[in-house]
Amino acid sequence: MITAGIDLGSSYTKAVVVDETGAILGRGIRATGFRLEAAAEETLGEALEQAGVPRADLAYLASTGNGRTMVSFRDLQVTDLTAQSWGARSLFPDTRTVLDVGGHTMKAMRVDGRGAVQSFRLNDKCAAGTGAFLEKTARYLGYRLEEIGGLVEESSEPVAISGVCAVFAESEVINHVSQGCAPADIMHGAMRSLIQRSVQLMKRVQMEPEFTLVGGIMRFPTMVRVMREHLGEGVNVPPEPLVQFTGAIGAAILARRRLEKKDAA
Amino acid sequence: MRYAAGVDVGSTQTKAVVLDRAGAIVGRSLIDTGANVVTAAERAFGLALEDGGVAEGDVRFVIGTGYGRYKVEFGQAQVTEICCHARGAARMYPGTRTVLDMGGQDTKAIRVAEGGDVLDFCMNDKCAAGTGRFLQSAAAALDLGLGELGPLALKGTRPVKISTTCTVFAESEVLSWLARDKRIEDILLGVHRSIASRSIALLRRVGVERDIAFTGGVTKNEAMVGVLEEMLEAPLLVSPESHFMGALGAALFALERMDGGEIPAALAGKEAWA
Repeated sequence: MITAGIDLGSSYTKAVVVDETGAILGRGIRATGFRLEAAAEETLGEALEQAGVPRADLAYLASTGNGRTMVSFRDLQVTDLTAQSWGARSLFPDTRTVLDVGGHTMKAMRVDGRGAVQSFRLNDKCAAGTGAFLEKTARYLGYRLEEIGGLVEESSEPVAISGVCAVFAESEVINHVSQGCAPADIMHGAMRSLIQRSVQLMKRVQMEPEFTLVGGIMRFPTMVRVMREHLGEGVNVPPEPLVQFTGAIGAAILARRRLEKKDAA
Repeated sequence: MRYAAGVDVGSTQTKAVVLDRAGAIVGRSLIDTGANVVTAAERAFGLALEDGGVAEGDVRFVIGTGYGRYKVEFGQAQVTEICCHARGAARMYPGTRTVLDMGGQDTKAIRVAEGGDVLDFCMNDKCAAGTGRFLQSAAAALDLGLGELGPLALKGTRPVKISTTCTVFAESEVLSWLARDKRIEDILLGVHRSIASRSIALLRRVGVERDIAFTGGVTKNEAMVGVLEEMLEAPLLVSPESHFMGALGAALFALERMDGGEIPAALAGKEAWA
C-alpha cells in the first residue's frame, strides 16, 4: 500500500511517497511560489517518479502545511503540528519535544508517546525567529541563503544581534559592518539570537527530551551545535535531506493510518 | 547675524533646518541617511547652510535628534526626536495636543501640552509593522517607487484585507493578492489601511485629543493622510514642513539654548534627554 504526504510550507513544498512499513520511496521539493496546487502537483510527480510508482497505485494522500487546503486532490488534510509530531516520531520514536523552524513560522510542541500533541506555541506574526530572519540578515550582508551555513562556520566570535525584529536587524547589521565586524560573526550572532528565541518558545511548552529539531535551517552545522549547547543531551536532527521532510513524512504516515482504519471498518 | 540649527538623523532620511534669531526657517535640507550616519549629518547640515546662504560660523548652536543624534558630531547637544516633534508641531500648529510621527522605521504617538511639552508617548520599539517600512516592502514587492504608492492607493475602491503583521511577510502577502488577480490600487489601499490601523492603535494608547499633527516622512503620502483622517474621523494638521518637524523642533531647542536657556529636566518621566 502506497501513500503520500505533501507539506505546503510558506517557502517550500515537500512531498514524500511511503510504503506500508513507512519506508520513504521517493521525495520531491520546490519553492512554493503562489500557485500552490501546481507546487503540490509537481512535487508529488517528482516523488512518484523517484519511487517508480504510477499515480494510479497511490492509495491515499494527505496534505499539511499552511497551504494544505489548496490541494484539491487530497484525500485528507492534517495540521502541521500533528504531521510534524508523527514525522519526528517515525524517525526518532522517543521524541517528546519538536522544534520546527520554517521560512515564516517557528513552532515548538510537546508530544506524548502516542504522537498526540500536548502543548504547542507558534511564532506566527513576526519574522524574527524564523528562516526569514536569517535570510534577511544574509541579504543585508550580501550573501545568499545557501551560503549561510558555510559563512557561519568561519566565525570565531559572534556579534550580539538583538533579534527583536527582522527589519530592525538591518540597521544593526549596517552598524556592525561599519564598525568593521566580520560578516561571519554577524551572521553567527543572528543565528544565536534566533536560537535564543527558539529555546524560549520550547520552554513555554515545558520541553522535555528527547528533542527533535526539524526545518531547513537545521542543515547548518552551527545551528545544531549551538542548539545542543542550550539543550544538552537528547537532541535529534534528521539526516539531510529528511530534515525538511518530516511534515510530509508525518502526513504520509497519517494517510496510511486513516486508510487502514477505513479498511478495518 | 546668529543662527541655530537642528539636524534630525533618521533611519531612512536625514533632515536639517536652520533658524534665524526670530525662529523663522531660513534654510533646510533633506537627504537619504545611507550607511554612513556621520557623513549624512554633516552633509545635511552643509546643504541647509547653503540653502539659507548662512555661513557655518554664524550658527551658534546645533542640536542633533533622531536615532543617529549622537552621530551629529559637530552638534553641542542631543534631544530625542519625541521632544523635537512635539516642540516643532506645537510651534507650527499651536493647538496641537497629539502628534503622530510616522518615519521610515518607527511610528510614535505623542501627547503634548500647550507649548509643546511631552505628556506621554508610545512607540513601536520592537517591531517595524505600522511604519513607513511597511510601505517600502510593498513598493519593493510591486516594483514601484515609494512616491507612486499614495497616488495609486487613492484610486483604490475595494481595499483588500492585509492580515500579516510583520513587514517581512507583507511582501509575500502583497504578491499573493496579485496572484489572486486583485487590482494593485486595491492592494495598496489595503496596505495603507493596515498601517493606519496600527498607528491609530498607538495613538489610542496615549489618548487622541485634537488638534492632531501628523509629522515625519510618510506625511508626503496623500493616501495615508486621507486614510488616517477617515479612520480617525478627524482632520490632521499637515503641511510640506511636516517632514522637517523633528529638525525644526531640534532647531527651536537650539535657539533657546543659544539664548542661554537651560534644557529642562526629563519630561514625562521617560528618557527625554540624553
